[in-house]
Amino acid sequence: MDPRFMWETLGKLVEGVPLLFQLVTVSLAIGFVLAVLVALARLSPLAPLSRAAAGYVFFFRGTPLLVQVFLIYYGLSQFPEIRASFLWPFLRQPYWCAILAFTLNTAAYGSEIIRGGIQSVPWGQIEAGRAAGMSGWLLMRRITLPIALRQALPAYGNEMILMVKATSLASIITLMEVTGIAHKIISETYRAVEVFVVAGSIYLLINFLLTRAVKQVEWWLSPHLRDAPGAAVKEEAALVH
Amino acid sequence: MQQRLIAVVAGLALAATAGAAEAKDWKKVKIATEGAYEPWNFTNAQGKLEGFEVDLANDLCKRMKVECEIVAQDWDGIIPSLTAGKYDVIIAGMSITAKRKEVIDFSVPYAQTPAMLAVLKSSPLAKIPTDKNYDLDKNKAEAEKQVEKLKAALKGKVIGAQVSTTHANFLEAYFKGIVDIRTYKTTEQHDLDLTAGRIDGAYASIGYWKPLLAKPAGKDLVTVGPTFTGGPFGAGVGAGIRKADADLKKMFDGAITAAAKDGTVKKLSMKWFKFDITPEQ
Amino acid sequence: MIQLLGWGDQGWGDELVRAAGMTLAVALCAFLLGLVVGSGGAAAKLSRFRALQAAADAYTTVLRGIPELLVIYLLFFGGSGALMYVARIFGHTGYIEINAFATGAVAIGIVNGAYSTEVIRGAVLAVHPGQIEAAKAYGMSRSVMFRRIVAPQVLRYALPSLGNVWQLALKETALISVTGLVEIMRQATVGAGSTKQPFTFYAAACVLYLILTTVSGLGFARAERWAARGVRRA
Repeated sequence: MDPRFMWETLGKLVEGVPLLFQLVTVSLAIGFVLAVLVALARLSPLAPLSRAAAGYVFFFRGTPLLVQVFLIYYGLSQFPEIRASFLWPFLRQPYWCAILAFTLNTAAYGSEIIRGGIQSVPWGQIEAGRAAGMSGWLLMRRITLPIALRQALPAYGNEMILMVKATSLASIITLMEVTGIAHKIISETYRAVEVFVVAGSIYLLINFLLTRAVKQVEWWLSPHLRDAPGAAVKEEAALVH
Repeated sequence: MQQRLIAVVAGLALAATAGAAEAKDWKKVKIATEGAYEPWNFTNAQGKLEGFEVDLANDLCKRMKVECEIVAQDWDGIIPSLTAGKYDVIIAGMSITAKRKEVIDFSVPYAQTPAMLAVLKSSPLAKIPTDKNYDLDKNKAEAEKQVEKLKAALKGKVIGAQVSTTHANFLEAYFKGIVDIRTYKTTEQHDLDLTAGRIDGAYASIGYWKPLLAKPAGKDLVTVGPTFTGGPFGAGVGAGIRKADADLKKMFDGAITAAAKDGTVKKLSMKWFKFDITPEQ
Repeated sequence: MIQLLGWGDQGWGDELVRAAGMTLAVALCAFLLGLVVGSGGAAAKLSRFRALQAAADAYTTVLRGIPELLVIYLLFFGGSGALMYVARIFGHTGYIEINAFATGAVAIGIVNGAYSTEVIRGAVLAVHPGQIEAAKAYGMSRSVMFRRIVAPQVLRYALPSLGNVWQLALKETALISVTGLVEIMRQATVGAGSTKQPFTFYAAACVLYLILTTVSGLGFARAERWAARGVRRA
């Protein structure tokens, strides 16, 4: 291990971080919207809708992301019909293929997390909403979804970390994010271990910060679960009773 | 107590030297190839390795009277894995370059194939006229004039090459900032993107393009422009060997020279490439 | 397409199915290794020793924080070197070879172990303290208590999540194609490159993965029902 070489490597690898962030944020943002829609479709009383959503989730959770990336990038371009279609300006670019694969993948996992959240909303809350005269979309928007999303946040935080790690696969379709640059440096220096150690540290740091951020958001979103000042005393008093 | 300790140390030292001596006695040689660079080396529909270099390696091993095992290894890790000791020799269409020589050693070359640009037949780049070979070492000035001409023609285009190859290095050295360079794990992958129209052209050796263009899979492609040798392309294709294994290098040098002299290399070359890639002696 | 994926010398069907067997074998070894590592990790996290806790925490944080692809690369390029370094301290100087199968199984195994650690730890904590107290009141020894009270409940609580961990192992095997091991992903890539029919081959790979994940998912569902056979359902 050569510290100077690793320091230089770090400088070069950091140049891949903006692309990594782009891939993560765009995929997660679109993926989240899609995830909510898929979760609602999955819970919908309309059988075809629910079945379609289940099929989508089944496919994307049952196959490795790597295969999905290859299927979208190399697979779709096999067909002249697709190359002639309006989609090609997007699918032509590795960047959008990566975004598409990551988005579809995270939406499948995300929808299951949100579905679990929706199903865990206490019945009493929904009943109270109904009693207050809410129904349908209003009830969903005001009562069910906020509680469900709060419930789903820790699991969704894990999904975000998985997404950060998943971006390393973008390197295999020619994108120059951190892992892609790592490969390039190795191709010039043949020093695989040192380069991968530095690259791994970058991902680790990003995920560490992300975990912290998610914890912070969880804390903000749950004032009702936090102990009020003096709560511990009250609790003890309750125990004595 | 002390005596016993000395005995143990001596025993260990003996075991160590015995182990070292054993490693140098080349009865078995493990050879790595890529298995995705048709017709140099590739994997057939039965999952077996095949190609010019597989035949050549078997022939060389017979000459050296060693038992050989040929394994497939992804290209982008082929040199680090050699230095890590996963196998003893690389026979994978690898050009002998100064940069690689900093890390590993090479046998004498067993093949020489110039580099060439391939584009889609339907692309405007297909109009670039084909030209003779220019050597970036022997005839530097003239060769670089050709490079300048290509730069003008390719400005703003997307050109692919396999990662960690002389072709990728050539693009980096001469076309950086002029074309958008994309690197791929295998040559097969840049072909897929070239036929799909994601990239405008790709650099590989003529020994790769010629056989491909003759097959249905390469029917949409055409090679254009001059061919290049020397410079980043190095001095022919040789077998990569760890620097510490000078004895093994000597064995391969001898076997390759003999195989080139008695026409075996030419025979195999005609079988797989349909033209002779034996390097000039 | 049928010809391409057919059996025999010209078709890739038999090769793909054989590769699926390899995928299953690597995933199984990795999962079992992960369970062993995970049990150790959970024990360390729940132990009274600060150093053990910290070590286990570092392990799960690092292994869950860096991409699996990098773990595999690191082990592939650095594994033999590290092993030889250790061996040299003990006086052994020869080359130590780790083959592609072992590299893949160990890499996925230690990544999986990090997830298993958390799952097993959570399951142990989920065992109600009252149950332990009751066992103690009955005068059970520690080993009997573990066998009769703790282990069956930990298994029941852990199984659903372990099912997910198994699915992760199965899908992560796709990444070890970079080491040259001929599993589904590598076979599909070789076929796609050689025939220039990527869609056909990656779609076939998807089907094979779906079969593996679905069948093993059903197996886990059965195991869950078996482990929960003594639980009253509302």
